[in-house]
Amino acid sequence: MVTRGFTGRARSASDAVPPGQYVTADFPVLTAGPTIAIEPEEWELTIGDGATSKTYDWDDLHGLPMVTITTDIHCVTHWSKRDTTWEGVSISTLFDDAGVDDLPFALVSSYGGYTTNLPVADLVDRDAMIAVRFDGGEIAAEHGGPARLLVPHLYLWKSAKWVRDIRLSDDEQQGFWETAGYHNYGDPWREQRYYSD
Amino acid sequence: MAGSVRRALGWRTATVVDSIAETATARSLGLDVAAWSGHAAGQHVDIRLTAEDGYQATRSYSVSSGPGEAPQITVERVDDGEVSPYLVDVAEKGDTFEVRGPIGGYFVWEPAAQPLVLIAGGSGIAPLRAMWRAGTLRAPITVVYSARDVDRLIFRDELDSDATLAVRVHLTREQRPGFRSGRVGIDDLNEVIDARVAPAIYVCGPTSFVESVSRHLLTLDVDRRTIRTERFG
Repeated sequence: MVTRGFTGRARSASDAVPPGQYVTADFPVLTAGPTIAIEPEEWELTIGDGATSKTYDWDDLHGLPMVTITTDIHCVTHWSKRDTTWEGVSISTLFDDAGVDDLPFALVSSYGGYTTNLPVADLVDRDAMIAVRFDGGEIAAEHGGPARLLVPHLYLWKSAKWVRDIRLSDDEQQGFWETAGYHNYGDPWREQRYYSD
Repeated sequence: MAGSVRRALGWRTATVVDSIAETATARSLGLDVAAWSGHAAGQHVDIRLTAEDGYQATRSYSVSSGPGEAPQITVERVDDGEVSPYLVDVAEKGDTFEVRGPIGGYFVWEPAAQPLVLIAGGSGIAPLRAMWRAGTLRAPITVVYSARDVDRLIFRDELDSDATLAVRVHLTREQRPGFRSGRVGIDDLNEVIDARVAPAIYVCGPTSFVESVSRHLLTLDVDRRTIRTERFG
């Protein structure tokens, strides 16, 4: 259906982003509720599988090998940001260190109460990390600092800000947006925005 | 919660049936959407425009009409935007585009007896209008609205004439009798929040506005679970 009078932008810039996305140079903030303020000294992250669990503070996390990735990120509100650089600890490194079993499902919780769910395979087989630096600096609080989950191949609501807990389980439990009408998996390339996509 | 009966969210045709210039840079478009299921106050729609060569652009816009009313969006033109200039400057009655929704189960308000405090920056007033139009007389409603100057005020007549609303308008770039000048500060919020009655608080606007207001609210020891936010830009 052609929209009378609509021409749109030059076409070349958006070729490499998923369908329905546009490229922005800004870094918009989408958070359900107020920004959470946590100092690195008070931040902790617990990894658990129901039998084994391990809690990391800021120094513990920095004692693990760090990786740096440059990747595009995609928000379900239609913006994509190209070539963002993140430094942190890969989830597979973290799970190995914690000694947890790779049970099939993960529920991620944040300071402030936010939750999101995703398959463990998407955390350990791809580029997922606990990120502590963005584009060479600390991660600002409104973008999830001091530490956030980053799962760049899924819509950004899966990349929980202010991450504090990852619980592995045999049973899938849906998170905040997943129970509020958004897609359970959230693959941008398949445009899985809402529950029926 | 809205959308408890879930049906597939497909793209449907919307026809522009009403067009209101709210300000020099903002416009409300009334839409006729086939089989519109009704919406909750605060929900949004995705709008998809298609060019002659098949190129498409999609953006999300809040519904600014009340539940039970026909769907309406209110759009502020973003100068380097792609969809908003079309909606504000080009779309006319009879034009059609695609719409999907209503969407969203978080930044929504359902009728309740507790006081409601609606805090908007700029075009963030759009979803809040849906809320005050949904409001019940049992629930006192306060609107705190910040805009650059008086010419940028959207829904000004409605805010002036609706006696059920307690309205405080801040102008950040203009001084004028009857308006507060400057940004919404902690004292301004302290005046409208009565912590003893635990109001439901909705904040919508540009990121910097929402960050500032929600920080102030937390400083006032407002329970963060009572604050719902929606940011843009």
